[in-house]
Amino acid sequence: MSVKVKIPTQLRSVAGGDAEVDVDGAETVGEALEHLFERHGELRERMLEDGELRRFVNVYLNGEDVRFLDGLATAVPAGAELTILPAVAGG
Amino acid sequence: MGATGLTCRECKAPYGLEARYVCDRCFGPLEVAYELDTTLDVGERRRRIQAGPQNIWRYSDFLPLEAPPGPSARTLSRTGLPAGCTPLIRADRLADRLGLREVWVKNDAANPTHSFKDRVVAVGAARAREMGYDVLACASTGNLANAVAAQAAALGMESYVLIPSDLEEQKVLATGVYGTNLIKVRGTYDDVNRLCTELSGERENWAFVNVNIRPYYAEGSKTLAYEIAEQLGWRVPDTIVCPIASGSLYTKIAKGFEEWLDLGIAEGSAPVMHGAQARGCSPVATAWDDGKDVCRPVKPDTIAKSLAIGNPADGPYALDLARRSGGSIASVDDEEIRAGIRLLAETTGVFTETAGGVTTATLAKLAEEGTIDPDESVVLVITGEGLKTLDAVRDTFASFEIDARLDSFLDEVESVGAAR
Repeated sequence: MSVKVKIPTQLRSVAGGDAEVDVDGAETVGEALEHLFERHGELRERMLEDGELRRFVNVYLNGEDVRFLDGLATAVPAGAELTILPAVAGG
Repeated sequence: MGATGLTCRECKAPYGLEARYVCDRCFGPLEVAYELDTTLDVGERRRRIQAGPQNIWRYSDFLPLEAPPGPSARTLSRTGLPAGCTPLIRADRLADRLGLREVWVKNDAANPTHSFKDRVVAVGAARAREMGYDVLACASTGNLANAVAAQAAALGMESYVLIPSDLEEQKVLATGVYGTNLIKVRGTYDDVNRLCTELSGERENWAFVNVNIRPYYAEGSKTLAYEIAEQLGWRVPDTIVCPIASGSLYTKIAKGFEEWLDLGIAEGSAPVMHGAQARGCSPVATAWDDGKDVCRPVKPDTIAKSLAIGNPADGPYALDLARRSGGSIASVDDEEIRAGIRLLAETTGVFTETAGGVTTATLAKLAEEGTIDPDESVVLVITGEGLKTLDAVRDTFASFEIDARLDSFLDEVESVGAAR
Protein backbone atom coordinates (compact mmCIF):
# COMPACT_ATOMS: atom_id res chain seq x y z
CA MET A 1 0.00 0.00 0.00
CA SER A 2 1.69 3.16 -1.16
CA VAL A 3 1.16 6.74 -0.02
CA LYS A 4 2.51 9.74 -1.85
CA VAL A 5 4.00 12.45 0.40
CA LYS A 6 4.51 15.91 -1.09
CA ILE A 7 7.39 17.88 0.40
CA PRO A 8 7.26 21.72 0.43
CA THR A 9 10.16 23.69 -1.03
CA GLN A 10 11.30 24.75 2.45
CA LEU A 11 11.99 21.10 3.43
CA ARG A 12 13.40 19.74 0.19
CA SER A 13 16.99 20.53 1.15
CA VAL A 14 16.70 17.99 3.99
CA ALA A 15 14.76 15.51 1.87
CA GLY A 16 17.46 14.90 -0.71
CA GLY A 17 15.89 17.52 -2.96
CA ASP A 18 12.76 15.41 -3.45
CA ALA A 19 9.42 17.10 -4.07
CA GLU A 20 7.53 13.82 -3.67
CA VAL A 21 8.30 10.62 -1.82
CA ASP A 22 6.33 7.37 -2.04
CA VAL A 23 6.15 5.41 1.21
CA ASP A 24 4.87 1.86 1.60
CA GLY A 25 3.19 -0.05 4.40
CA ALA A 26 1.79 2.90 6.36
CA GLU A 27 -1.60 2.56 8.07
CA THR A 28 -1.74 6.07 9.53
CA VAL A 29 -0.49 9.58 8.82
CA GLY A 30 2.00 9.19 11.69
CA GLU A 31 3.36 5.93 10.25
CA ALA A 32 3.70 7.44 6.80
CA LEU A 33 5.72 10.28 8.30
CA GLU A 34 7.83 7.77 10.29
CA HIS A 35 8.72 6.00 7.04
CA LEU A 36 9.65 9.37 5.58
CA PHE A 37 11.83 10.20 8.61
CA GLU A 38 13.63 6.81 8.29
CA ARG A 39 14.76 7.96 4.89
CA HIS A 40 15.40 11.62 5.76
CA GLY A 41 16.17 11.84 9.48
CA GLU A 42 16.44 15.62 9.71
CA LEU A 43 12.80 16.02 8.72
CA ARG A 44 11.63 14.65 12.07
CA GLU A 45 12.88 17.57 14.12
CA ARG A 46 11.66 20.06 11.55
CA MET A 47 8.13 18.70 11.59
CA LEU A 48 7.52 17.31 15.06
CA GLU A 49 7.83 18.61 18.59
CA ASP A 50 7.22 16.20 21.50
CA GLY A 51 5.79 13.68 19.06
CA GLU A 52 3.17 16.10 17.73
CA LEU A 53 3.07 18.22 14.58
CA ARG A 54 4.73 21.57 15.14
CA ARG A 55 2.36 24.52 15.46
CA PHE A 56 3.23 25.93 12.05
CA VAL A 57 3.32 22.66 10.12
CA ASN A 58 0.16 21.63 8.32
CA VAL A 59 -0.37 18.13 6.93
CA TYR A 60 -3.23 17.51 4.53
CA LEU A 61 -4.65 14.09 3.64
CA ASN A 62 -6.16 14.36 0.17
CA GLY A 63 -6.60 18.09 0.76
CA GLU A 64 -8.10 17.85 4.26
CA ASP A 65 -6.16 19.24 7.23
CA VAL A 66 -5.42 16.19 9.42
CA ARG A 67 -6.23 18.35 12.48
CA PHE A 68 -9.86 18.06 11.36
CA LEU A 69 -9.44 14.28 11.22
CA ASP A 70 -7.61 12.20 13.84
CA GLY A 71 -4.30 14.02 13.53
CA LEU A 72 -1.31 11.70 13.23
CA ALA A 73 -3.58 8.71 14.02
CA THR A 74 -5.70 9.34 10.91
CA ALA A 75 -5.91 6.22 8.74
CA VAL A 76 -4.44 6.58 5.26
CA PRO A 77 -6.17 4.74 2.42
CA ALA A 78 -4.09 3.18 -0.35
CA GLY A 79 -3.08 5.67 -3.00
CA ALA A 80 -3.63 8.62 -0.64
CA GLU A 81 -1.73 11.85 -1.02
CA LEU A 82 -0.20 13.60 2.00
CA THR A 83 0.81 17.23 1.53
CA ILE A 84 3.08 18.98 3.99
CA LEU A 85 2.86 22.80 3.97
CA PRO A 86 3.83 25.76 6.14
CA ALA A 87 0.87 27.15 8.07
CA VAL A 88 1.82 30.80 8.11
CA ALA A 89 0.19 31.95 4.90
CA GLY A 90 -2.88 34.03 4.26
CA GLY A 91 -4.90 36.86 5.69
CA MET B 1 15.74 51.75 4.75
CA GLY B 2 15.72 50.95 8.46
CA ALA B 3 14.90 47.28 7.88
CA THR B 4 17.89 45.06 8.55
CA GLY B 5 16.61 41.53 8.01
CA LEU B 6 13.97 38.94 8.73
CA THR B 7 13.70 37.15 12.08
CA CYS B 8 11.74 34.03 12.99
CA ARG B 9 9.06 34.90 15.52
CA GLU B 10 9.41 31.47 17.11
CA CYS B 11 13.09 30.51 17.26
CA LYS B 12 14.58 33.97 16.46
CA ALA B 13 16.72 32.60 13.60
CA PRO B 14 17.91 35.53 11.46
CA TYR B 15 17.65 35.78 7.67
CA GLY B 16 18.43 38.45 5.09
CA LEU B 17 15.77 40.63 3.47
CA GLU B 18 14.91 37.83 1.05
CA ALA B 19 11.83 36.37 -0.61
CA ARG B 20 11.21 34.04 2.28
CA TYR B 21 8.32 33.79 4.72
CA VAL B 22 8.91 30.64 6.73
CA CYS B 23 11.77 29.71 9.02
CA ASP B 24 13.71 26.79 7.57
CA ARG B 25 14.37 25.44 11.05
CA CYS B 26 10.95 25.47 12.73
CA PHE B 27 8.47 26.65 10.07
CA GLY B 28 7.67 29.69 12.22
CA PRO B 29 6.67 32.96 10.51
CA LEU B 30 9.32 35.54 9.66
CA GLU B 31 8.99 39.18 10.58
CA VAL B 32 10.92 42.25 9.40
CA ALA B 33 13.48 43.54 11.91
CA TYR B 34 14.50 47.22 11.95
CA GLU B 35 17.33 49.27 13.26
CA LEU B 36 16.12 52.84 13.25
CA ASP B 37 18.41 55.84 13.27
CA THR B 38 18.35 57.03 16.87
CA THR B 39 20.23 60.24 16.12
CA LEU B 40 17.09 61.86 14.70
CA ASP B 41 15.09 63.70 17.35
CA VAL B 42 11.34 63.46 17.62
CA GLY B 43 10.72 66.85 15.99
CA GLU B 44 12.84 65.89 13.00
CA ARG B 45 11.10 62.53 12.66
CA ARG B 46 7.69 64.20 12.73
CA ARG B 47 8.77 66.80 10.18
CA ARG B 48 10.00 64.07 7.82
CA ILE B 49 6.58 62.45 8.04
CA GLN B 50 4.68 65.72 7.56
CA ALA B 51 6.79 66.59 4.53
CA GLY B 52 5.91 63.25 2.93
CA PRO B 53 3.17 62.51 0.40
CA GLN B 54 -0.53 62.19 1.30
CA ASN B 55 -0.40 58.40 1.33
CA ILE B 56 1.32 55.61 3.26
CA TRP B 57 4.71 56.46 1.77
CA ARG B 58 4.94 59.32 4.29
CA TYR B 59 5.79 56.50 6.73
CA SER B 60 8.52 55.00 4.54
CA ASP B 61 11.09 55.30 7.34
CA PHE B 62 9.23 52.45 9.05
CA LEU B 63 8.54 50.24 6.03
CA PRO B 64 10.78 47.53 4.52
CA LEU B 65 11.55 49.13 1.16
CA GLU B 66 14.86 50.14 -0.37
CA ALA B 67 13.39 52.84 -2.59
CA PRO B 68 9.95 53.94 -1.37
CA PRO B 69 7.64 55.09 -4.16
CA GLY B 70 6.92 58.59 -2.80
CA PRO B 71 4.15 60.82 -4.20
CA SER B 72 1.64 59.47 -6.66
CA ALA B 73 -0.49 61.05 -9.36
CA ARG B 74 1.69 61.80 -12.39
CA THR B 75 3.97 58.84 -11.74
CA LEU B 76 1.22 56.30 -11.12
CA SER B 77 2.80 53.69 -13.37
CA ARG B 78 5.89 53.69 -11.19
CA THR B 79 4.29 54.17 -7.80
CA GLY B 80 1.07 52.23 -8.03
CA LEU B 81 -2.20 53.05 -6.30
CA PRO B 82 -1.76 55.52 -3.46
CA ALA B 83 -3.20 53.93 -0.31
CA GLY B 84 -3.82 55.39 3.11
CA CYS B 85 -4.43 58.82 4.63
CA THR B 86 -8.03 57.80 5.27
CA PRO B 87 -10.31 59.84 7.54
CA LEU B 88 -10.39 59.49 11.31
CA ILE B 89 -13.89 60.60 12.25
CA ARG B 90 -15.02 61.72 15.69
CA ALA B 91 -18.15 59.67 16.32
CA ASP B 92 -19.99 61.47 19.12
CA ARG B 93 -23.43 60.09 18.32
CA LEU B 94 -22.09 56.54 18.30
CA ALA B 95 -20.33 57.28 21.60
CA ASP B 96 -23.58 58.65 23.10
CA ARG B 97 -25.48 55.58 22.01
CA LEU B 98 -22.90 53.35 23.69
CA GLY B 99 -22.45 55.44 26.82
CA LEU B 100 -18.84 56.26 25.98
CA ARG B 101 -17.06 59.61 25.95
CA GLU B 102 -14.63 59.56 23.03
CA VAL B 103 -15.05 57.25 20.04
CA TRP B 104 -13.30 57.64 16.70
CA VAL B 105 -13.94 55.75 13.49
CA LYS B 106 -10.93 55.04 11.31
CA ASN B 107 -12.65 54.66 7.97
CA ASP B 108 -10.36 52.54 5.84
CA ALA B 109 -13.11 51.98 3.31
CA ALA B 110 -11.79 55.29 1.93
CA ASN B 111 -8.91 53.54 0.17
CA PRO B 112 -8.65 53.10 -3.63
CA THR B 113 -10.37 49.69 -3.64
CA HIS B 114 -12.34 50.43 -0.47
CA SER B 115 -10.55 48.37 2.15
CA PHE B 116 -7.39 48.42 4.27
CA LYS B 117 -5.91 45.82 1.94
CA ASP B 118 -4.64 48.58 -0.36
CA ARG B 119 -2.08 49.41 2.34
CA VAL B 120 -0.60 45.93 2.61
CA VAL B 121 -0.72 45.33 -1.13
CA ALA B 122 1.04 48.65 -1.82
CA VAL B 123 3.93 47.59 0.42
CA GLY B 124 3.93 43.96 -0.78
CA ALA B 125 3.83 44.94 -4.46
CA ALA B 126 6.56 47.56 -4.07
CA ARG B 127 8.81 45.05 -2.31
CA ALA B 128 7.98 42.37 -4.90
CA ARG B 129 9.12 44.74 -7.66
CA GLU B 130 12.35 45.48 -5.79
CA MET B 131 13.01 41.75 -5.59
CA GLY B 132 12.39 41.32 -9.31
CA TYR B 133 9.02 39.53 -9.39
CA ASP B 134 6.88 40.16 -12.42
CA VAL B 135 3.59 38.53 -11.42
CA LEU B 136 1.43 39.55 -8.47
CA ALA B 137 -0.86 36.93 -6.89
CA CYS B 138 -2.91 36.23 -3.77
CA ALA B 139 -5.34 33.99 -1.92
CA SER B 140 -8.24 36.21 -0.96
CA THR B 141 -11.57 36.43 0.85
CA GLY B 142 -12.46 39.32 -1.47
CA ASN B 143 -10.97 42.60 -0.35
CA LEU B 144 -7.44 41.48 -1.08
CA ALA B 145 -8.60 40.27 -4.50
CA ASN B 146 -9.80 43.81 -5.33
CA ALA B 147 -6.58 45.34 -4.05
CA VAL B 148 -4.18 42.99 -5.85
CA ALA B 149 -6.04 43.18 -9.16
CA ALA B 150 -6.14 46.99 -9.02
CA GLN B 151 -2.55 47.44 -7.83
CA ALA B 152 -1.27 45.11 -10.56
CA ALA B 153 -3.25 47.10 -13.13
CA ALA B 154 -1.79 50.39 -11.85
CA LEU B 155 1.73 48.99 -11.97
CA GLY B 156 1.29 47.22 -15.30
CA MET B 157 1.96 43.79 -13.79
CA GLU B 158 0.24 40.53 -14.62
CA SER B 159 -1.82 39.14 -11.73
CA TYR B 160 -3.51 35.96 -10.55
CA VAL B 161 -6.22 36.22 -7.94
CA LEU B 162 -7.57 33.09 -6.26
CA ILE B 163 -10.83 33.30 -4.30
CA PRO B 164 -13.42 30.90 -2.84
CA SER B 165 -16.11 30.36 -5.49
CA ASP B 166 -18.94 31.49 -3.15
CA LEU B 167 -17.77 35.08 -2.59
CA GLU B 168 -20.13 38.05 -2.71
CA GLU B 169 -20.86 39.04 -6.31
CA GLN B 170 -19.81 42.65 -5.65
CA LYS B 171 -16.31 41.51 -4.67
CA VAL B 172 -16.02 39.22 -7.68
CA LEU B 173 -17.09 41.94 -10.13
CA ALA B 174 -14.87 44.54 -8.47
CA THR B 175 -11.91 42.22 -9.05
CA GLY B 176 -12.49 40.99 -12.58
CA VAL B 177 -12.93 44.50 -13.92
CA TYR B 178 -9.20 45.20 -13.52
CA GLY B 179 -8.29 42.54 -16.05
CA THR B 180 -6.73 40.06 -13.67
CA ASN B 181 -6.63 36.29 -14.04
CA LEU B 182 -9.52 35.53 -11.67
CA ILE B 183 -9.66 31.95 -10.39
CA LYS B 184 -12.67 30.79 -8.38
CA VAL B 185 -11.74 27.79 -6.31
CA ARG B 186 -14.42 25.33 -5.20
CA GLY B 187 -13.76 25.33 -1.48
CA THR B 188 -13.24 27.54 1.57
CA TYR B 189 -10.67 30.29 1.94
CA ASP B 190 -8.45 27.82 3.77
CA ASP B 191 -8.55 25.54 0.72
CA VAL B 192 -7.60 28.49 -1.49
CA ASN B 193 -4.79 29.33 0.89
CA ARG B 194 -3.45 25.77 0.81
CA LEU B 195 -3.51 25.78 -2.98
CA CYS B 196 -1.67 29.11 -3.10
CA THR B 197 0.93 27.91 -0.60
CA GLU B 198 1.57 24.93 -2.88
CA LEU B 199 1.57 27.09 -6.01
CA SER B 200 3.99 29.61 -4.54
CA GLY B 201 6.56 26.83 -4.29
CA GLU B 202 6.13 25.99 -7.95
CA ARG B 203 6.02 29.48 -9.55
CA GLU B 204 9.28 31.18 -8.78
CA ASN B 205 8.50 34.51 -10.47
CA TRP B 206 5.13 34.92 -8.76
CA ALA B 207 4.82 37.16 -5.72
CA PHE B 208 1.92 35.85 -3.66
CA VAL B 209 1.52 38.92 -1.50
CA ASN B 210 0.12 37.02 1.48
CA VAL B 211 2.27 33.91 1.09
CA ASN B 212 5.87 34.30 -0.02
CA ILE B 213 5.89 38.12 0.36
CA ARG B 214 3.87 38.04 3.58
CA PRO B 215 6.54 39.42 5.96
CA TYR B 216 6.77 42.61 3.86
CA TYR B 217 3.07 42.82 2.97
CA ALA B 218 2.00 42.50 6.61
CA GLU B 219 4.12 45.52 7.60
CA GLY B 220 1.75 47.70 5.58
CA SER B 221 -0.89 47.34 8.31
CA LYS B 222 1.34 49.29 10.71
CA THR B 223 0.48 52.41 8.72
CA LEU B 224 -3.04 52.31 10.19
CA ALA B 225 -1.53 52.82 13.63
CA TYR B 226 0.81 55.58 12.43
CA GLU B 227 -2.09 57.44 10.82
CA ILE B 228 -4.32 57.15 13.86
CA ALA B 229 -1.53 58.51 16.07
CA GLU B 230 -0.69 61.33 13.67
CA GLN B 231 -4.36 62.26 13.24
CA LEU B 232 -4.83 62.39 17.01
CA GLY B 233 -1.94 64.86 17.27
CA TRP B 234 0.85 62.33 17.89
CA ARG B 235 -1.16 60.60 20.58
CA VAL B 236 -1.94 56.90 21.07
CA PRO B 237 -5.60 56.20 21.96
CA ASP B 238 -6.44 54.19 25.07
CA THR B 239 -8.27 51.42 23.24
CA ILE B 240 -8.49 49.89 19.78
CA VAL B 241 -11.25 47.63 18.51
CA CYS B 242 -10.14 45.77 15.41
CA PRO B 243 -11.40 42.78 13.42
CA ILE B 244 -9.44 39.50 13.37
CA ALA B 245 -9.25 37.15 10.40
CA SER B 246 -5.67 35.87 10.20
CA GLY B 247 -4.69 38.12 13.12
CA SER B 248 -2.12 39.99 11.03
CA LEU B 249 -3.83 43.41 11.00
CA TYR B 250 -4.59 43.21 14.72
CA THR B 251 -1.00 42.41 15.71
CA LYS B 252 0.60 44.85 13.25
CA ILE B 253 -1.51 47.79 14.46
CA ALA B 254 -0.16 47.13 17.93
CA LYS B 255 3.38 46.87 16.53
CA GLY B 256 2.98 50.24 14.80
CA PHE B 257 1.97 51.98 18.04
CA GLU B 258 4.74 50.25 19.98
CA GLU B 259 7.38 51.37 17.48
CA TRP B 260 6.29 55.00 17.68
CA LEU B 261 6.06 54.94 21.46
CA ASP B 262 9.60 53.51 21.64
CA LEU B 263 10.90 56.29 19.39
CA GLY B 264 8.89 58.95 21.22
CA ILE B 265 7.08 59.97 18.03
CA ALA B 266 3.73 59.29 19.68
CA GLU B 267 2.79 59.99 23.28
CA GLY B 268 0.79 57.82 25.64
CA SER B 269 1.05 54.14 26.35
CA ALA B 270 0.46 50.96 24.39
CA PRO B 271 -3.28 50.69 23.71
CA VAL B 272 -5.62 48.02 25.00
CA MET B 273 -6.28 45.85 21.96
CA HIS B 274 -9.71 44.27 21.57
CA GLY B 275 -10.15 41.80 18.71
CA ALA B 276 -13.45 41.06 16.96
CA GLN B 277 -14.52 37.87 15.20
CA ALA B 278 -17.71 36.55 13.64
CA ARG B 279 -19.26 33.74 15.72
CA GLY B 280 -19.46 31.54 12.61
CA CYS B 281 -15.69 31.67 12.24
CA SER B 282 -14.17 32.42 15.62
CA PRO B 283 -11.16 30.17 16.20
CA VAL B 284 -9.25 32.96 17.97
CA ALA B 285 -12.18 34.10 20.16
CA THR B 286 -12.87 30.47 21.08
CA ALA B 287 -9.24 29.88 22.07
CA TRP B 288 -9.42 33.12 24.09
CA ASP B 289 -12.55 31.97 25.93
CA ASP B 290 -10.98 28.59 26.62
CA GLY B 291 -7.74 30.13 27.89
CA LYS B 292 -5.69 28.39 25.18
CA ASP B 293 -2.62 29.86 23.53
CA VAL B 294 -3.16 28.19 20.15
CA CYS B 295 -6.23 28.06 17.92
CA ARG B 296 -8.08 24.99 16.75
CA PRO B 297 -8.98 25.40 13.05
CA VAL B 298 -12.69 25.64 12.18
CA LYS B 299 -14.89 25.43 9.07
CA PRO B 300 -16.33 28.93 8.54
CA ASP B 301 -20.06 29.61 8.33
CA THR B 302 -20.72 33.35 8.56
CA ILE B 303 -21.96 36.32 6.54
CA ALA B 304 -18.64 38.04 7.37
CA LYS B 305 -16.82 36.36 4.52
CA SER B 306 -13.89 38.75 4.60
CA LEU B 307 -13.13 37.39 8.09
CA ALA B 308 -13.79 33.74 7.22
CA ILE B 309 -10.35 32.29 7.84
CA GLY B 310 -10.72 29.02 9.73
CA ASN B 311 -7.00 28.50 10.31
CA PRO B 312 -5.57 31.91 11.25
CA ALA B 313 -1.82 32.15 10.70
CA ASP B 314 -1.27 34.75 13.42
CA GLY B 315 -3.78 33.29 15.87
CA PRO B 316 -1.22 32.54 18.61
CA TYR B 317 0.22 36.06 18.36
CA ALA B 318 -3.24 37.61 18.49
CA LEU B 319 -3.99 35.69 21.69
CA ASP B 320 -0.69 36.80 23.17
CA LEU B 321 -1.39 40.44 22.25
CA ALA B 322 -4.89 40.41 23.74
CA ARG B 323 -3.40 39.08 26.97
CA ARG B 324 -0.44 41.42 27.30
CA SER B 325 -2.35 44.56 26.25
CA GLY B 326 -5.18 43.92 28.72
CA GLY B 327 -7.65 43.45 25.88
CA SER B 328 -9.92 40.63 24.79
CA ILE B 329 -11.13 38.72 21.75
CA ALA B 330 -14.89 38.48 21.38
CA SER B 331 -17.29 37.17 18.76
CA VAL B 332 -20.72 38.27 17.54
CA ASP B 333 -23.37 36.38 15.58
CA ASP B 334 -24.82 37.22 12.16
CA GLU B 335 -27.77 39.17 13.60
CA GLU B 336 -25.45 41.25 15.73
CA ILE B 337 -23.28 41.86 12.65
CA ARG B 338 -26.28 43.24 10.72
CA ALA B 339 -27.20 45.39 13.70
CA GLY B 340 -23.59 46.61 13.91
CA ILE B 341 -23.67 47.73 10.28
CA ARG B 342 -26.90 49.63 10.94
CA LEU B 343 -25.61 51.17 14.18
CA LEU B 344 -22.50 52.55 12.50
CA ALA B 345 -24.42 53.78 9.46
CA GLU B 346 -27.15 55.48 11.52
CA THR B 347 -24.81 57.20 13.95
CA THR B 348 -21.84 58.14 11.76
CA GLY B 349 -22.90 58.06 8.11
CA VAL B 350 -20.31 55.36 7.43
CA PHE B 351 -21.63 52.29 5.61
CA THR B 352 -19.34 49.37 6.29
CA GLU B 353 -19.21 45.80 5.09
CA THR B 354 -19.88 42.79 7.31
CA ALA B 355 -16.38 42.89 8.85
CA GLY B 356 -17.12 46.43 10.06
CA GLY B 357 -20.42 45.14 11.41
CA VAL B 358 -18.44 42.60 13.43
CA THR B 359 -16.16 45.30 14.79
CA THR B 360 -18.96 47.75 15.60
CA ALA B 361 -21.10 45.05 17.23
CA THR B 362 -18.11 43.99 19.31
CA LEU B 363 -17.53 47.58 20.45
CA ALA B 364 -21.20 47.81 21.42
CA LYS B 365 -20.95 44.58 23.38
CA LEU B 366 -17.75 45.61 25.20
CA ALA B 367 -19.30 48.97 26.09
CA GLU B 368 -22.47 47.34 27.39
CA GLU B 369 -20.54 44.81 29.48
CA GLY B 370 -18.45 47.60 30.94
CA THR B 371 -15.25 46.04 29.56
CA ILE B 372 -14.54 49.42 27.97
CA ASP B 373 -14.56 52.20 30.53
CA PRO B 374 -16.70 55.23 29.55
CA ASP B 375 -13.68 57.51 29.95
CA GLU B 376 -11.39 55.66 27.54
CA SER B 377 -10.65 57.07 24.10
CA VAL B 378 -11.57 54.35 21.62
CA VAL B 379 -10.71 53.93 17.95
CA LEU B 380 -12.93 51.60 15.93
CA VAL B 381 -11.02 50.23 12.94
CA ILE B 382 -13.41 50.00 9.98
CA THR B 383 -11.66 47.95 7.33
CA GLY B 384 -14.07 47.82 4.40
CA GLU B 385 -16.97 49.21 2.40
CA GLY B 386 -20.67 48.39 2.77
CA LEU B 387 -21.33 48.36 -0.98
CA LYS B 388 -19.28 45.15 -1.18
CA THR B 389 -21.67 43.14 1.00
CA LEU B 390 -25.09 44.48 0.07
CA ASP B 391 -26.90 41.25 0.92
CA ALA B 392 -26.15 41.84 4.59
CA VAL B 393 -28.47 44.86 4.73
CA ARG B 394 -31.16 43.66 2.36
CA ASP B 395 -34.58 43.67 4.09
CA THR B 396 -33.20 45.25 7.26
CA PHE B 397 -35.24 48.45 6.81
CA ALA B 398 -38.63 49.53 5.45
CA SER B 399 -39.25 51.85 2.52
CA PHE B 400 -42.27 53.27 0.69
CA GLU B 401 -43.21 53.12 -2.95
CA ILE B 402 -45.78 55.74 -3.94
CA ASP B 403 -47.20 57.59 -6.95
CA ALA B 404 -45.75 61.02 -7.71
CA ARG B 405 -48.74 62.81 -6.15
CA LEU B 406 -48.95 64.87 -2.97
CA ASP B 407 -51.95 63.00 -1.57
CA SER B 408 -50.17 59.74 -2.17
CA PHE B 409 -47.32 61.01 0.01
CA LEU B 410 -49.71 62.34 2.67
CA ASP B 411 -51.82 59.18 2.78
CA GLU B 412 -49.27 56.48 2.41
CA VAL B 413 -46.18 57.96 4.11
CA GLU B 414 -47.09 60.69 6.60
CA SER B 415 -50.28 59.06 7.83
CA VAL B 416 -48.33 56.07 9.12
CA GLY B 417 -46.10 58.38 11.12
CA ALA B 418 -42.93 57.77 9.15
CA ALA B 419 -40.44 59.99 7.38
CA ARG B 420 -40.24 62.65 10.09
